[in-house]
Amino acid sequence: MSVVVRTIARIVLPVGLAFGAYVIMHGHLTPGGGFQGGAVVASLVALIVVTFGAERLVRAKTWFSVVEDLGALAFVALAFLGIGVTFFRNVLANSGGLFGASVPLGPNPGILNSAGTLPLMNWAVGFKVIAGLGAVVLLLALFGKGGEGEDG
Amino acid sequence: MRRWFFAGALLVVVAYLIGAAVWLHPFGIPSSSEMDDYFIANAQKEVAANNVVTSIVFDYRGFDTLGEATVLLAAVVGVALVLRRAVR
Repeated sequence: MSVVVRTIARIVLPVGLAFGAYVIMHGHLTPGGGFQGGAVVASLVALIVVTFGAERLVRAKTWFSVVEDLGALAFVALAFLGIGVTFFRNVLANSGGLFGASVPLGPNPGILNSAGTLPLMNWAVGFKVIAGLGAVVLLLALFGKGGEGEDG
Repeated sequence: MRRWFFAGALLVVVAYLIGAAVWLHPFGIPSSSEMDDYFIANAQKEVAANNVVTSIVFDYRGFDTLGEATVLLAAVVGVALVLRRAVR
Protein backbone atom coordinates (compact mmCIF):
# COMPACT_ATOMS: atom_id res chain seq x y z
CA MET A 1 0.00 0.00 0.00
CA SER A 2 0.98 3.65 -0.35
CA VAL A 3 3.09 5.55 2.17
CA VAL A 4 -0.01 7.36 3.47
CA VAL A 5 -1.73 4.12 4.40
CA ARG A 6 1.45 2.75 5.98
CA THR A 7 1.96 5.87 8.08
CA ILE A 8 -1.64 5.90 9.31
CA ALA A 9 -1.44 2.17 10.06
CA ARG A 10 1.68 2.74 12.19
CA ILE A 11 -0.31 5.29 14.21
CA VAL A 12 -3.44 3.16 14.48
CA LEU A 13 -1.70 -0.10 15.44
CA PRO A 14 -0.54 0.80 19.00
CA VAL A 15 -3.77 2.64 19.76
CA GLY A 16 -5.87 -0.30 18.58
CA LEU A 17 -3.70 -2.72 20.52
CA ALA A 18 -4.18 -0.69 23.69
CA PHE A 19 -7.93 -0.48 23.09
CA GLY A 20 -8.19 -4.24 22.52
CA ALA A 21 -6.21 -4.94 25.68
CA TYR A 22 -8.48 -2.54 27.57
CA VAL A 23 -11.64 -4.24 26.30
CA ILE A 24 -10.29 -7.67 27.27
CA MET A 25 -8.94 -6.57 30.67
CA HIS A 26 -12.10 -4.72 31.72
CA GLY A 27 -14.48 -7.39 30.48
CA HIS A 28 -15.91 -7.91 33.96
CA LEU A 29 -16.51 -4.18 34.53
CA THR A 30 -17.57 -2.62 31.24
CA PRO A 31 -19.29 -3.87 28.09
CA GLY A 32 -16.94 -6.11 26.17
CA GLY A 33 -14.84 -9.10 27.06
CA GLY A 34 -12.55 -11.68 25.59
CA PHE A 35 -14.42 -12.24 22.35
CA GLN A 36 -14.93 -8.56 21.58
CA GLY A 37 -11.43 -7.44 22.50
CA GLY A 38 -9.95 -10.38 20.64
CA ALA A 39 -11.90 -9.37 17.55
CA VAL A 40 -10.55 -5.81 17.90
CA VAL A 41 -6.95 -7.05 17.99
CA ALA A 42 -7.59 -9.57 15.21
CA SER A 43 -8.78 -6.70 13.01
CA LEU A 44 -5.30 -5.21 13.52
CA VAL A 45 -3.87 -8.41 12.04
CA ALA A 46 -6.10 -7.80 9.03
CA LEU A 47 -4.78 -4.22 8.93
CA ILE A 48 -1.18 -5.47 8.89
CA VAL A 49 -2.02 -7.99 6.17
CA VAL A 50 -3.68 -5.33 4.01
CA THR A 51 -1.03 -2.67 4.61
CA PHE A 52 2.30 -4.47 4.80
CA GLY A 53 1.44 -7.71 3.01
CA ALA A 54 0.79 -11.19 4.34
CA GLU A 55 4.37 -12.33 3.65
CA ARG A 56 5.52 -10.34 6.67
CA LEU A 57 3.46 -12.63 8.92
CA VAL A 58 4.24 -16.03 7.40
CA ARG A 59 6.23 -17.07 10.45
CA ALA A 60 3.44 -15.96 12.80
CA LYS A 61 1.25 -18.86 11.60
CA THR A 62 2.87 -21.32 13.99
CA TRP A 63 2.62 -18.88 16.89
CA PHE A 64 -1.04 -18.27 16.15
CA SER A 65 -1.88 -21.96 16.33
CA VAL A 66 0.17 -22.43 19.51
CA VAL A 67 -1.48 -19.45 21.23
CA GLU A 68 -4.93 -20.58 20.11
CA ASP A 69 -4.43 -24.02 21.64
CA LEU A 70 -2.92 -22.57 24.81
CA GLY A 71 -5.90 -20.22 25.17
CA ALA A 72 -8.38 -23.05 24.81
CA LEU A 73 -6.45 -25.17 27.31
CA ALA A 74 -6.23 -22.28 29.79
CA PHE A 75 -9.98 -21.72 29.49
CA VAL A 76 -10.79 -25.36 30.21
CA ALA A 77 -8.19 -25.47 33.01
CA LEU A 78 -9.79 -22.43 34.66
CA ALA A 79 -13.15 -24.12 34.36
CA PHE A 80 -11.69 -27.22 36.01
CA LEU A 81 -10.45 -25.11 38.95
CA GLY A 82 -13.90 -25.36 40.47
CA ILE A 83 -14.40 -29.07 39.83
CA GLY A 84 -14.54 -29.57 43.62
CA VAL A 85 -18.06 -28.11 43.53
CA THR A 86 -19.10 -28.03 39.90
CA PHE A 87 -17.51 -27.46 36.51
CA PHE A 88 -17.14 -23.69 35.95
CA ARG A 89 -17.51 -22.95 39.68
CA ASN A 90 -16.00 -19.50 40.30
CA VAL A 91 -13.72 -20.43 43.21
CA LEU A 92 -11.69 -17.19 43.20
CA ALA A 93 -14.65 -14.83 43.53
CA ASN A 94 -15.01 -13.19 46.96
CA SER A 95 -12.02 -15.19 48.23
CA GLY A 96 -9.92 -12.14 49.08
CA GLY A 97 -6.89 -13.25 47.05
CA LEU A 98 -6.16 -12.83 43.36
CA PHE A 99 -9.18 -11.15 41.72
CA GLY A 100 -11.03 -11.95 44.95
CA ALA A 101 -12.28 -8.54 46.07
CA SER A 102 -15.97 -8.12 46.74
CA VAL A 103 -17.81 -5.29 45.02
CA PRO A 104 -20.38 -3.08 46.75
CA LEU A 105 -23.93 -3.73 45.62
CA GLY A 106 -25.70 -1.24 43.41
CA PRO A 107 -24.21 1.11 40.83
CA ASN A 108 -20.49 1.73 41.37
CA PRO A 109 -17.41 2.27 39.20
CA GLY A 110 -16.18 -1.26 39.84
CA ILE A 111 -12.97 -2.83 41.14
CA LEU A 112 -10.48 -4.25 38.64
CA ASN A 113 -9.26 -6.83 41.18
CA SER A 114 -12.65 -8.56 41.45
CA ALA A 115 -14.79 -11.23 39.78
CA GLY A 116 -12.57 -14.27 40.44
CA THR A 117 -11.83 -16.37 37.39
CA LEU A 118 -13.73 -14.08 35.00
CA PRO A 119 -10.77 -11.80 34.09
CA LEU A 120 -8.48 -14.80 33.66
CA MET A 121 -11.05 -16.51 31.42
CA ASN A 122 -11.41 -13.25 29.50
CA TRP A 123 -7.67 -13.22 28.87
CA ALA A 124 -7.68 -16.88 27.82
CA VAL A 125 -10.60 -16.38 25.44
CA GLY A 126 -9.11 -13.09 24.24
CA PHE A 127 -5.81 -14.68 23.24
CA LYS A 128 -7.72 -17.55 21.70
CA VAL A 129 -9.84 -15.21 19.56
CA ILE A 130 -6.82 -13.07 18.60
CA ALA A 131 -4.90 -16.13 17.45
CA GLY A 132 -7.91 -17.86 15.88
CA LEU A 133 -9.27 -14.96 13.84
CA GLY A 134 -5.74 -13.79 13.07
CA ALA A 135 -4.85 -17.23 11.75
CA VAL A 136 -8.00 -17.33 9.59
CA VAL A 137 -7.31 -13.87 8.13
CA LEU A 138 -3.66 -14.72 7.54
CA LEU A 139 -4.37 -18.10 5.93
CA LEU A 140 -6.99 -16.64 3.60
CA ALA A 141 -4.64 -13.77 2.67
CA LEU A 142 -1.78 -16.19 1.97
CA PHE A 143 -4.16 -18.36 -0.06
CA GLY A 144 -5.09 -15.42 -2.30
CA LYS A 145 -1.44 -14.43 -2.58
CA GLY A 146 -0.25 -12.61 -5.67
CA GLY A 147 -1.99 -9.25 -5.40
CA GLU A 148 -1.09 -7.84 -2.02
CA GLY A 149 2.28 -6.80 -0.68
CA GLU A 150 3.60 -4.71 -3.55
CA ASP A 151 3.27 -0.95 -3.66
CA GLY A 152 0.43 0.49 -5.69
CA MET B 1 -49.08 -23.15 -13.85
CA ARG B 2 -45.66 -22.90 -12.11
CA ARG B 3 -46.05 -19.14 -11.96
CA TRP B 4 -49.39 -19.42 -10.11
CA PHE B 5 -47.89 -21.97 -7.77
CA PHE B 6 -45.01 -19.68 -6.81
CA ALA B 7 -47.34 -16.67 -6.51
CA GLY B 8 -49.49 -18.65 -4.05
CA ALA B 9 -46.42 -19.70 -2.09
CA LEU B 10 -45.26 -16.08 -1.95
CA LEU B 11 -48.69 -14.99 -0.71
CA VAL B 12 -48.61 -17.62 2.06
CA VAL B 13 -45.12 -16.57 3.19
CA VAL B 14 -46.01 -12.87 3.13
CA ALA B 15 -49.22 -13.49 5.09
CA TYR B 16 -47.25 -15.55 7.61
CA LEU B 17 -44.65 -12.81 8.08
CA ILE B 18 -47.30 -10.07 8.42
CA GLY B 19 -49.18 -12.19 10.95
CA ALA B 20 -45.97 -12.80 12.89
CA ALA B 21 -45.30 -9.05 12.95
CA VAL B 22 -48.85 -8.20 14.05
CA TRP B 23 -49.10 -10.83 16.80
CA LEU B 24 -45.50 -10.37 17.97
CA HIS B 25 -44.92 -10.75 21.68
CA PRO B 26 -44.65 -7.22 23.13
CA PHE B 27 -41.12 -5.98 23.76
CA GLY B 28 -39.91 -5.47 27.30
CA ILE B 29 -42.56 -7.71 28.85
CA PRO B 30 -41.04 -11.21 29.10
CA SER B 31 -43.53 -13.97 29.78
CA SER B 32 -41.27 -15.32 32.55
CA SER B 33 -38.52 -13.30 34.19
CA GLU B 34 -37.45 -15.39 37.19
CA MET B 35 -33.96 -16.03 35.79
CA ASP B 36 -33.45 -12.38 34.79
CA ASP B 37 -34.48 -11.13 38.21
CA TYR B 38 -32.22 -13.65 39.92
CA PHE B 39 -29.19 -12.68 37.82
CA ILE B 40 -29.77 -8.94 38.29
CA ALA B 41 -30.30 -9.30 42.03
CA ASN B 42 -27.49 -11.74 42.85
CA ALA B 43 -24.77 -11.48 40.18
CA GLN B 44 -22.89 -8.69 41.94
CA LYS B 45 -22.93 -10.56 45.24
CA GLU B 46 -22.14 -14.06 43.96
CA VAL B 47 -19.67 -13.42 41.13
CA ALA B 48 -18.38 -10.01 42.36
CA ALA B 49 -18.44 -8.66 38.81
CA ASN B 50 -20.12 -5.41 37.86
CA ASN B 51 -20.82 -6.60 34.31
CA VAL B 52 -23.76 -8.96 34.73
CA VAL B 53 -23.56 -10.05 31.10
CA THR B 54 -19.98 -11.26 31.55
CA SER B 55 -20.87 -12.99 34.81
CA ILE B 56 -23.63 -14.88 32.98
CA VAL B 57 -21.45 -15.71 29.98
CA PHE B 58 -18.41 -16.89 31.92
CA ASP B 59 -19.93 -18.13 35.18
CA TYR B 60 -23.61 -19.06 35.19
CA ARG B 61 -23.58 -20.34 31.62
CA GLY B 62 -19.95 -21.29 31.20
CA PHE B 63 -20.84 -24.38 29.19
CA ASP B 64 -22.38 -22.14 26.55
CA THR B 65 -19.12 -20.20 26.27
CA LEU B 66 -17.16 -23.43 26.10
CA GLY B 67 -19.28 -24.45 23.12
CA GLU B 68 -18.78 -21.04 21.56
CA ALA B 69 -15.00 -21.33 21.94
CA THR B 70 -15.17 -24.84 20.48
CA VAL B 71 -17.04 -23.52 17.44
CA LEU B 72 -14.27 -20.95 16.89
CA LEU B 73 -11.61 -23.64 17.27
CA ALA B 74 -13.45 -25.86 14.78
CA ALA B 75 -13.71 -22.98 12.31
CA VAL B 76 -9.99 -22.24 12.52
CA VAL B 77 -9.11 -25.92 12.21
CA GLY B 78 -11.41 -26.18 9.19
CA VAL B 79 -9.78 -23.22 7.44
CA ALA B 80 -6.30 -24.52 8.21
CA LEU B 81 -7.29 -27.97 6.95
CA VAL B 82 -8.79 -26.72 3.69
CA LEU B 83 -5.86 -24.40 2.93
CA ARG B 84 -3.01 -26.58 4.16
CA ARG B 85 -1.78 -27.53 0.68
CA ALA B 86 -2.32 -24.09 -0.84
CA VAL B 87 -0.45 -22.22 1.86
CA ARG B 88 2.18 -24.87 2.74
